[in-house]
Amino acid sequence: MKPRQLSLSTTPSAEDLEELRLGDIVYLDGLLYTAREGVYMRALQDKANIPLELPSKSATNFHCSPAARINPDGTFEMGAVTATASFRFAKWLPEWMAKTGAKLIIGKGGMTSKDYKEYFVPNGAIYLSTVGYGTGALLGRGIKNVEAVHWHEELGLAQAMWVINCNKMGPFIVASDKHGDCLFERENAKIAENIDSVYEGTKPAVLKRYGETDDRSDELIG
Amino acid sequence: MIPIDLIQKTAETLMDKAAIEIPQDYLDGLKAAAETEDGDLSAFVLQAMLENYEAAKQDRRAMCGDTGVPRWYVKLGNETQIEGGPIALEAALRRATANATNGVPLRPNRVHPLWRTDNDNNVGIGAPEIEYGYEPGGEWIDLITVHKGGLFGTDYRMLFPSDGIEGIKRFYLDSLMAFGKRGLACQPAIIGIGLGGSKDTCMVLGKRASVLRVVGSRNSDPKIAELEDELKELGNSIGMGAMGFVGKNMVIDCNIEVGYCHTGGMQMSVHAFCLSSRRAVARIYPDGRVEHRTDPDWFTDYQRRDTVEWDAAMEAAQ
Repeated sequence: MKPRQLSLSTTPSAEDLEELRLGDIVYLDGLLYTAREGVYMRALQDKANIPLELPSKSATNFHCSPAARINPDGTFEMGAVTATASFRFAKWLPEWMAKTGAKLIIGKGGMTSKDYKEYFVPNGAIYLSTVGYGTGALLGRGIKNVEAVHWHEELGLAQAMWVINCNKMGPFIVASDKHGDCLFERENAKIAENIDSVYEGTKPAVLKRYGETDDRSDELIG
Repeated sequence: MIPIDLIQKTAETLMDKAAIEIPQDYLDGLKAAAETEDGDLSAFVLQAMLENYEAAKQDRRAMCGDTGVPRWYVKLGNETQIEGGPIALEAALRRATANATNGVPLRPNRVHPLWRTDNDNNVGIGAPEIEYGYEPGGEWIDLITVHKGGLFGTDYRMLFPSDGIEGIKRFYLDSLMAFGKRGLACQPAIIGIGLGGSKDTCMVLGKRASVLRVVGSRNSDPKIAELEDELKELGNSIGMGAMGFVGKNMVIDCNIEVGYCHTGGMQMSVHAFCLSSRRAVARIYPDGRVEHRTDPDWFTDYQRRDTVEWDAAMEAAQ
């Protein structure tokens, strides 16, 4: 069965988000901004004023650094965009959502269902995963224009807050839903059923290592 | 004498090609995988990746927004002479890296590990890495650039002879499982395995096995070649595919390289060269000819020699 394909605004309504099911393919229209550890630390820990009106301008936070440059005349060249792994940003996201009203978090690899239930669902937010990973060129084609880049002098080009105007940008995969269920955990559970037979005949190393898990159904990101 | 400006110009072209053009051997491997994939979501992902490679080439834009950490492998013939010598060569490669980062553009990924300062050009302390190899005879220089992703899919473990092949399989599966979940390793990938050496050389061997050997190549030792086939199949039997979704394609190919190690040890490293397996190669001759290719052809008989003298080994082979 082929996945269902949908269009979505980067300032989506609650009804739009309720519609989304795990595994749906989504294309985005409107403004989104990139924010990862540099932006979170500057906005939440250093209390710098966020240079963009949120969520009225955009309710979509992309965990991304683009392959981009700022031209000498102040214009931008952005070729490809791809997500970076989101689980590392879990410590900042609840406060970020409360502060910015973000409804769509886009990244790589998703978060845990615990994260979704604790602060995605109460904030009415959904997690979208990029595809591949690395459909950077396809996502690049979805850039209508780069509106602005903020904090690049303080954070560097990779950590800066880029504001991107999207036109049918995608594909993205819906990886959490209104119940806080997690697409990746669903898949991991299916794969785990087969694991014992794959490991059959192998044996643990004679010298153990501290502080790790030997349960292959464990989520390692939590 | 090879002109230094030709080296820099060629290096800039290689940076561009590596970021934009998926190597044919990996593309063929992924197409074959896409034909067998029956997981709904995994199949969708592989199809999207195939479209992405086309879009990158058509638009001349980087295939992935994370353009990896550019590095250089340089191979020289025994008779090669470079205008300005090795210092000029390293300067040319650093310049090419910085220029292409701004030109393509690439993502300026390289930052100071503590202060997180970014020169916005992928150049800094120890960056880009430049590694060297040598071949008997020849006046050419091979420039190989690899832009490997820098975060997930790599691990090292000190194993021991008593761990045996079963222990190797265990650590291999553990590495694929740990980084394959949620697709952190950006699989299906070319998995490189280093066995032996010391901890540092084991990592180097495994990395080179993943980035400097093409899909479909086999180790010249027939028994290691068999193990490569076996591990490829084992990885693809996990039931995990692209992005960690249910599927049957995790490993596009598995390459193993070995080095002699301490008699009591059996070091092992695992590396994953991702869906954007970025590498580009050119050979420059003193007469100004430049030949582009995608096979680094790094692991020659000379690189894998195990005798004291090379000449003696050559005679024995004849």
